[in-house]
Amino acid sequence: MSGLPLLTLLTALPLLGAALALALGKHARAVALITTFASLALALVVWMQLPVNGSIGLIEQHAWAPSLGIEYHLGVDGLSALMLVLSAIVTLMSVDAAHHVHHQPGLYFALVLTLEAGLFGSFTALNFFHWFLFWELCLIPAFFLIKLWGGTRRGPAATQFFIYTMAGSAALLVAFLAIFVSTTSMDFPHLTLLASTGELEQLVAAHLGPSVMIWLAIGVLAGFAVKVPMFPFHTWLPAAYAEAPSPVTMLLTGAMSKMGVYGLLRIALPLFGHQIAQIRTPLLVLAVATVVMGAWAAAVQKDLKRVFAYLSVNHLGYCLMGIFALVVPAAGSGIDAALQASQYAALNGVILQMLNHGITAAALFWFVAMMQQRTGGHRGIDQFGGLRKPAPVLAGLMGIVLFSSLGLPGLNNFPGEFLIFRGAFPLAWVAASVSILGLLVTAVVILTVIQKVFTGPLPEHCVGFPDLHHGERMALAPVIGLMLLVGLLPSLILGSVNPTVMNLLAHWRF
Amino acid sequence: MFSILHPNSVSLLAWTIYLSFAGAVLLALMPRGKPALSRWLALAFAVAGLALAVQGFVVGMGQGRVTLVDLVWVPSMGIRFLLAADGISRVLVLLTGLAAVAGVLFSWNIDLRTNEFFAFYFALIGAVYGVFLSFDLFLLFVFYEIAIVPKYFLIAIWGSTRREYAAMKLVIYSFAGSAMVLIGLLAAYTTAGSHSTGLVELAHAGLPISFQLWCFPLVFTGFAILAGMWPFHTWAPTGHVAAPTAASMLLAGVVMKLGAYGCLRVGIALFPRGLDPWGFSFIGIGSWRGVFALLALVGIVYGALAALAQSDFKFVIGYSSVSHMGFVLLGLMTLNQIGVTGAVLQMFSHGIIAGLLFAIVGRIVYVRTHTRQLAELETMHLSKRMPFAAAAFVVAGMASIGLPGFSGFVAELQVLIGAWKVNHWWVAAAGIGLVVSVAYIWRAMQKAFFSDLLPSAHVLEQEHNHAFAAITWPEVTGVVLLVGVSLFVGLYPKILLDAIDPAVKTLLAGGVQ
Repeated sequence: MSGLPLLTLLTALPLLGAALALALGKHARAVALITTFASLALALVVWMQLPVNGSIGLIEQHAWAPSLGIEYHLGVDGLSALMLVLSAIVTLMSVDAAHHVHHQPGLYFALVLTLEAGLFGSFTALNFFHWFLFWELCLIPAFFLIKLWGGTRRGPAATQFFIYTMAGSAALLVAFLAIFVSTTSMDFPHLTLLASTGELEQLVAAHLGPSVMIWLAIGVLAGFAVKVPMFPFHTWLPAAYAEAPSPVTMLLTGAMSKMGVYGLLRIALPLFGHQIAQIRTPLLVLAVATVVMGAWAAAVQKDLKRVFAYLSVNHLGYCLMGIFALVVPAAGSGIDAALQASQYAALNGVILQMLNHGITAAALFWFVAMMQQRTGGHRGIDQFGGLRKPAPVLAGLMGIVLFSSLGLPGLNNFPGEFLIFRGAFPLAWVAASVSILGLLVTAVVILTVIQKVFTGPLPEHCVGFPDLHHGERMALAPVIGLMLLVGLLPSLILGSVNPTVMNLLAHWRF
Repeated sequence: MFSILHPNSVSLLAWTIYLSFAGAVLLALMPRGKPALSRWLALAFAVAGLALAVQGFVVGMGQGRVTLVDLVWVPSMGIRFLLAADGISRVLVLLTGLAAVAGVLFSWNIDLRTNEFFAFYFALIGAVYGVFLSFDLFLLFVFYEIAIVPKYFLIAIWGSTRREYAAMKLVIYSFAGSAMVLIGLLAAYTTAGSHSTGLVELAHAGLPISFQLWCFPLVFTGFAILAGMWPFHTWAPTGHVAAPTAASMLLAGVVMKLGAYGCLRVGIALFPRGLDPWGFSFIGIGSWRGVFALLALVGIVYGALAALAQSDFKFVIGYSSVSHMGFVLLGLMTLNQIGVTGAVLQMFSHGIIAGLLFAIVGRIVYVRTHTRQLAELETMHLSKRMPFAAAAFVVAGMASIGLPGFSGFVAELQVLIGAWKVNHWWVAAAGIGLVVSVAYIWRAMQKAFFSDLLPSAHVLEQEHNHAFAAITWPEVTGVVLLVGVSLFVGLYPKILLDAIDPAVKTLLAGGVQ
C-alpha cells in the first residue's frame, strides 16, 4: 500500500478545485472539468487498491477530539470505493452537462465541487462525527444550487428539501448522542463489533433504559429513509428534482440518494440489525410501497423530470426491498447455507443496483437537460413528439438509457435487479413477487415516454431540433459503454464487491 | 470452446445467434440513403443463418442433445452461457431460418429507414435463435426478454392500424408473461437448492410435488401468453394486424412458437408433476392438465369462429393463428409421445403457413389494392387481376385447413391421435374447430378472390385504367420457398419427425413417468 493519504487527497482535491473555480469565475467550468477528471482517476486508483479479502483498507486514523470520541478515521471497502467511483462519474457527467450556466458560473461550479467533496467525505468516513460533518456539508451546496439556479418554483422546493433532510439529520444526531453516552465511542468499526456481540444493546439498555434501542433504530432509519427516499418520506423529492437545474438533479439522484442507502448499509444494519429484524415486516411493506407507488406515480406525471424522479424512487425501492429482505435472523445456531447464499445475492444486487441507478438516472436527467436546452426549457411529455426524425442519434441513445432503466437484459440494471430478486425471493417471496409485478408498471411508463417523445407528429417548437453534436456524442459514449459492460459482464464489479459483501454479512447480527 | 471452429461440427449452429446480432449491428450502422444495399445485406445475413440452420439440422440427424457452447458466465450463481441443441431445437431453428429469409423477401418494398427496419428485424431473429438454443434457464430468459424490444419498434414505427396501441399491448402482455416466468424461475432455483440454472440440472433436482403444483401453472401461463392461449390471446390479432408484413410473419411464425417452446422446454420439462391430478375435481376438471387442455380447446374453437366473423382480411389470419396455436397447446397437454411430437411439428408447420398467409394478405394483395376490407376486395375480381396471389392463397388456404399432402395435416392428425388416447371429447371439440377453419378460409377466399359481385366488364375497365403492379421476384421466391417447404414436409414428414421424436421421448422420460 502506498504511503500517501489517498482518501484525504481525494476529499481535498474537489475542495481545492472549488476554491480555484470561485477565484477564476469565468473559466470555472474548465477548472471543474479538470478537477472532476482527476477525482475520477484518483477514485479508480482507490478502487484498484482495495484489499482483496473485502475488509476495510487504506485506513487513515488520527486523534481529533478524543474526549468526545471524535477521531479522524477514514477507510474504504468494496462498497464505499464503488460509491466513490460512482460519485466521481456522476459529478463528471453533471459538470459536462452544465454547458449553459451564465449566472455566476464561479459560484455554481464551486458549489458542485464542494458537493463532490462532501460525497467523498461521507463515503470514506468511519467516525460518526466526521461522517455527519460531510453528510451535512452535502446538504448546503445542494440547497443553494436549487435555490439559486432552479426553476420557477425553486424557493419552496429548496426549503422543503432542506427541512426534510434536516429533520432526518436531527434524528440521526440524537440517536448517535445516545449511543455515545452509552458507549463513549463514535467509531463505526468499533460500534459494529459491539453490536455483533450484542453488547451495544446491553450498554444502551443499562444507560438509557430497555426499550430505547428500538427507538434509536427507528430514528436512524427515518434519517436515512428521508434521504433515499422511502415511502412515505419521499414527498420532498419530486419538487426538488423537478425544480433543480437538470445537472444538479443528476447529482441529487445519481450520487446523493446513494448516501441514504449507503447509510443503511454502513450504519443502520451493522448497529441496529437486531432491532431492524424485529420490525422487518412493516419495513418490507414500506419498501414494496416505495416500488409500487413510485412506478404508479411516474405513470401519471406529465413533466419528464417528475417522471424520472418517481422512477428513481421506484428503482431505489428495489434496493430497500433487497436490504430489508436480507435482515433475517439465522434459525438455530448453525449456519444455513441456503439463507446465506440468498443474503449474499441480495446484498450484491443492492450494491450493484446503487451503481446502476446512479449512472442510469443521471444519464436520463442529462438527456432532459439536452432537450430543455434545445427547446428553450420545455420538459412536458406532451410538449415533445416525433423527435426521432430530427434527432435520430439522441432518440437512439436515450432509448438505450431508457431500456437500461427498464431492466432489459444486456444492459446494466438487469443483473442488479435480478440478483436482488434472486436473493429476496427465498427470504420474502410476497414482497419480491409484488415488486416484480411493479416492473410491469415501469415498463408501461418507459414505453409511454418513448412513444410520446420519439414518435408521432413533431410539434412546432421542435422543428429544427438539432441532433446531438459531436462533443455530446463523445461525452455520452463512455456512459453507454459502461452500461453495456456492466450489463454483459457484471462480474467485473461483483468480483470486488462480493468479498466485501461476505465481510459485511459476517459482522452483522440480526 | 474451440470446437466452434471445427468446420463440420454441429456447434456451428450457435453462430446463427452471433451472426444475426452482428447483422443487426451492421445494418444499424449502414447509411440511410441506400435501401437496396440494406436489403441485399439483410438477405445475405438471413440466407447465411438459414444455411447454418440447415447445416446444423443435417449434421445433427440421428444425434441427441449436443452441447454447442458451455462457458461460465456468473459463477456465484452457477449461471452458464450454455447453448445446446436437441431435435426440437434443430427443427425450430430451421423454422426460424426459413421465416427469416421469407420475411426479408416480403419486406423488399420497405423504403422507410430500411436499414433500421432490418436492424430491429435481426435483433429479433437473433434473440429467437437464442431462446431455441439455450439450455440454461437464465440465458433462455435473457433472450426471451431481448426479443420483446425489437417487436415493439417494428410495430410502433413501421406498423399500420392503431400501431401504437397494438405495440404497447403486445409489450405489456409479453412483460406480464415474463414477470410470471421470472417468479417461477427464481422459485425453482431457490427450491431446487442447486447451484446451477441449467435446464437439465433443474429438471433432475427433484422439486417437491406441492411446489410443482403451483409453479407449473405460473410458468406455463407466463409462456402461453406469448403462444396466444385463450383468454390471453388478445394481443395476437391486434399485434399481427398492426405489424408490418415481415413482422406479422415473424410474430405468428416464430414468436408465438417461443411461447409454446417455453411451455414445453421449461413448463413441462421442469415441472412434470405439476400436471398431476389435484385429488379433487371441479366441473370435471381434476388437474392443471385439464385446465390448460380446456383453454386450448376454447382457443381452437373461439379463434376459428372469430376468424369467420372478421371483415378485415388480416384479422382473419390473425384469429386463425390463435386457433392453430390451440392445437399446439392441446398437443402438449396430451403428454404422450405422438401428441407432443405433433405439437412440435405443428409449431413448424404453422410457422410456415401463417407466414405465407400473412405475406399474401399483407404484402402481395395489400400493396396493390391498398385495402384489407373483404367487402372492398369483393368488388375487385382479384382472381383475374392477380392470378398469382389467388393461386398462392388457394394453396396456402388448403395447407392451413390441413389438407393431406401439406405439413399441417400430419401435425394436426398427430395431435388429434394423441388427444384421442387421453380424452375423446377433446377430439370432438377440436373437430368443431377444424370444420370452422374450412369455413373461414373458404369465406375469405371466396370474398377476396373469387367474388363476382360486380359485372366483369366493369372490372376489366378498372383493370385497364389502374393495372396492378406486376408480381416481383422476391414475392415469387418467397411464396415458392414457403409452399415448397410445407409440401415437402407434408409429403415426407419423416425428415422432421426423425429429429423431433427422440427428443420428445427423452424430454417426456425425464419428466412424466
